[in-house]
Amino acid sequence: MQAEIAVLRFGLGAKPGDLAAAAQEPRAWLLSQVRGPVPLAVNSPLAPSDQIYAGLLAARDERQKIKQTSTAESPDAKVVFNAVREAYQPHYRAQVLARAQSAALTNRPFAERLVHFWSNHFAVSADKGVVFGLAGTLENEAIRPHVAGRFVDLLTAVEQHPAMIAFLDNQYSVGKDSTAAMRVASRFRGADAVTPKRQFGINENLAREILELHTLGVNGGYSQADVTSFAQIITGWSIGGGKGRLADGVPGRFHFRDNLHEPGPKVFLGKTYTEQGQRQGEAVLADLARRPETANFIATKLVRHFIADDPPPAAVDRVARAFLKSGGDLPQVYAALIESPESWDEEARKFKTPEDFVFSTLRALNVSPAQPEEVIRTFDLLGQRQYTPGSPAGWPDTSKSWDGSDALMHRVLWASRVGAKYESGVEPTDLAAATLGGYARPETLTALRRATSSGQAVALLLMSPEFQRR
Amino acid sequence: MLRPSPMNSSRRRFLLGAGALAATATIPNALFAYTGGSSRLVVVILRGALDGLAAVPPYGDPDYPSLHRELAIAAPGAPDGALALNGTFGLHPALSYLHERFAAGELVVFDAVASPYRDRSHFDGQNVLENGLTKPIGTADGWLNRALAALPRGEGRPGERAVAISQNVPLILRGETRVISKSPQATPDVDEDLLARLADLYSKDDWFSARLSEAVQTEKMVDGAAESNAMSKEAAQAAYPNRVGAVARMASELMRSDGGPEIAVIEASGWDTHANQGGAKGILATRLAGLDQGLKSLADGLGPLWPHTAVLVVTEFGRTAAVNGTRGTDHGTGSCAFLLGGAVRGGQVIADWPGLRRTALLDNRDLKPTLDLRSVFKAVLDEHMHVDANTLAKRVFPDSSGARPLQGLIRA
Repeated sequence: MQAEIAVLRFGLGAKPGDLAAAAQEPRAWLLSQVRGPVPLAVNSPLAPSDQIYAGLLAARDERQKIKQTSTAESPDAKVVFNAVREAYQPHYRAQVLARAQSAALTNRPFAERLVHFWSNHFAVSADKGVVFGLAGTLENEAIRPHVAGRFVDLLTAVEQHPAMIAFLDNQYSVGKDSTAAMRVASRFRGADAVTPKRQFGINENLAREILELHTLGVNGGYSQADVTSFAQIITGWSIGGGKGRLADGVPGRFHFRDNLHEPGPKVFLGKTYTEQGQRQGEAVLADLARRPETANFIATKLVRHFIADDPPPAAVDRVARAFLKSGGDLPQVYAALIESPESWDEEARKFKTPEDFVFSTLRALNVSPAQPEEVIRTFDLLGQRQYTPGSPAGWPDTSKSWDGSDALMHRVLWASRVGAKYESGVEPTDLAAATLGGYARPETLTALRRATSSGQAVALLLMSPEFQRR
Repeated sequence: MLRPSPMNSSRRRFLLGAGALAATATIPNALFAYTGGSSRLVVVILRGALDGLAAVPPYGDPDYPSLHRELAIAAPGAPDGALALNGTFGLHPALSYLHERFAAGELVVFDAVASPYRDRSHFDGQNVLENGLTKPIGTADGWLNRALAALPRGEGRPGERAVAISQNVPLILRGETRVISKSPQATPDVDEDLLARLADLYSKDDWFSARLSEAVQTEKMVDGAAESNAMSKEAAQAAYPNRVGAVARMASELMRSDGGPEIAVIEASGWDTHANQGGAKGILATRLAGLDQGLKSLADGLGPLWPHTAVLVVTEFGRTAAVNGTRGTDHGTGSCAFLLGGAVRGGQVIADWPGLRRTALLDNRDLKPTLDLRSVFKAVLDEHMHVDANTLAKRVFPDSSGARPLQGLIRA
């Protein structure tokens, strides 16, 4: 069953020919995929984040004009909101479509799954207005180039990506002793001093989530003082092209704003960082990327994703050691995962997430969606709208989070619709063999033979327990 | 300086609104025999950490305006001011329905509350809120599921006495006792022949067969409710314009259906207001208005069940007392909670208020919690759902001896 495990558990499910391709050397088939960048498997003319963000800024300006010229008392939060959404909508749709097509067609499904894994680890949520059109760009611009590189490069690219900075509100986080804060403070001194309407200060959100969710993990040994200090350290990590005095920098690109940065050395996790400006935060990221807590946290999440909801400690240990020993060289980390005997346990199967279910269905039926609506409607129905985990922790990665009775009914509904549209003419039992290999149970094959139509047979195959697990 | 008058030695209460209630607040439940099975409980989890200082503005605290600055809600009477509860606390102006229920004696407002969790991770905080322990790990089940196992026999069908109004089941309801899930999203008819064949295909796999049969049962329940309670899609959209409303409608439909669940869990997110939170108007105000309308939809939908219903509204923790650098608030500790319903002995604000002076804040930043949420949970499960006190203390909330159940939250 090694080919099946390689293709179903580590990949995105079997496309015709996948099981045969992996059969010779399942481990080598996997490892060969994680060399170099992992671009989208389809040629899709996606706009880059800076262009999308510039569109957003233009829409906001437009909205401002509407507000100023409108005489109504509360003119249109709606107009405003719609202008921004309209600027973003086509990008979100194109990104979601390209993602599904790439998952359906790629010949590097293990690498593609890793892209999805990291995209969920470094989750941003398109529910937040400013992120809506940018969510896919984080995955495509920061994750795909580094998924088979070094963790520190992946981490740095993500934390300096405009989608992450906007999602976790760092662009306007201001040091109290920064030049901008001092300049404002000086205006409010003296005899007719008034209280400034707005107080400058830090926003802890990005700093906390980097520590808790991206590197050390919640039990990683940091304190509230470390969170606050790290937030000071990354003040100034911003996005180019804001309003008024923040107009400098290339719009939509990472921009370090020295005038917002809290100057001076800072203590973080017991170490004093004396670097200046942007370098200080980068030095912290570099240190975080090689801490044992980070190695352990990443290893636990990888093992949970690829092996079992309750990660076997021996596998976690092996992967964490590879992480530390290689200095976070990700291909070596993945190799340790693949070399773990627990990875090849035939009984240990994970219940598929809706995403797993949809992508493996596309591959099984050898189809690729042509329209974004299909993809968007499908994920709305199944409860995993793309790029909207809702929280920076990403989508949950255990069966218990996805196994509600209502969720199962939605899967049945979708499978029956997919079956009704199925017209390839491949015998359903052959489809089962090509898709599940040795995992296809005799009773499932019998049920497929007895089905009243090939559409019903496809629905039964997709809803069989063996297809619902990976 | 706040000067709440102590009601008893362990806890100071503000009793307001229905003044007569104060006199009866200490009558023990035991005088009123349990007649079985009519109580309904809805738990609303606000994910993302609600700013209690905005939802329940302590306008009487002299330090409030200087800390909460542009996010502070003004005192009652001022433009966009708070809706008065007593001389100290109010409700956010977006919570007009809750305010009305307070006056009608159907709402208890808790302030300076928190679960036992004292760090500031949403995800661990939600785990503790839902697992009923003092730490985020240690059990894979939720306190409400453990309580289900100890409910006196009611009219609900065994194993299906609770529903999560979502596709999947949140931690609070996970555990050994099976529960159902049902999202507000309609599932158009699935071919019955396909369902029968799937049931056959799942016959050797308990995990799948249990879920499928529950899903089929739930669909029947919804169909029954839809017939008895018919409302066009357009009418439903007009009546329940926001997501909380749609979720609340599904909860009430199921609970009102024949043999429907007695307990429902609803989730609402969007409370993590790190930037541009707004004050009387703005992002948070919009969310609160949605919640307020959603709770009204729930009450309207439950109709004849409302007198038997208690609705608990809770969040994982509060937010910083001071505004941060981006006109929002960062993760904090103490927050507020609500207990609403026809079964609730309302009109009370329960707050042992620690004050917002620098020295009174937890870690110099957060409202210090003075009431353990488990004291509220235990009281509701005991007084309202009649779960045996010993089971509550040992099984449902282990390590909770410090969190004694409050008294007098439920009407006799």
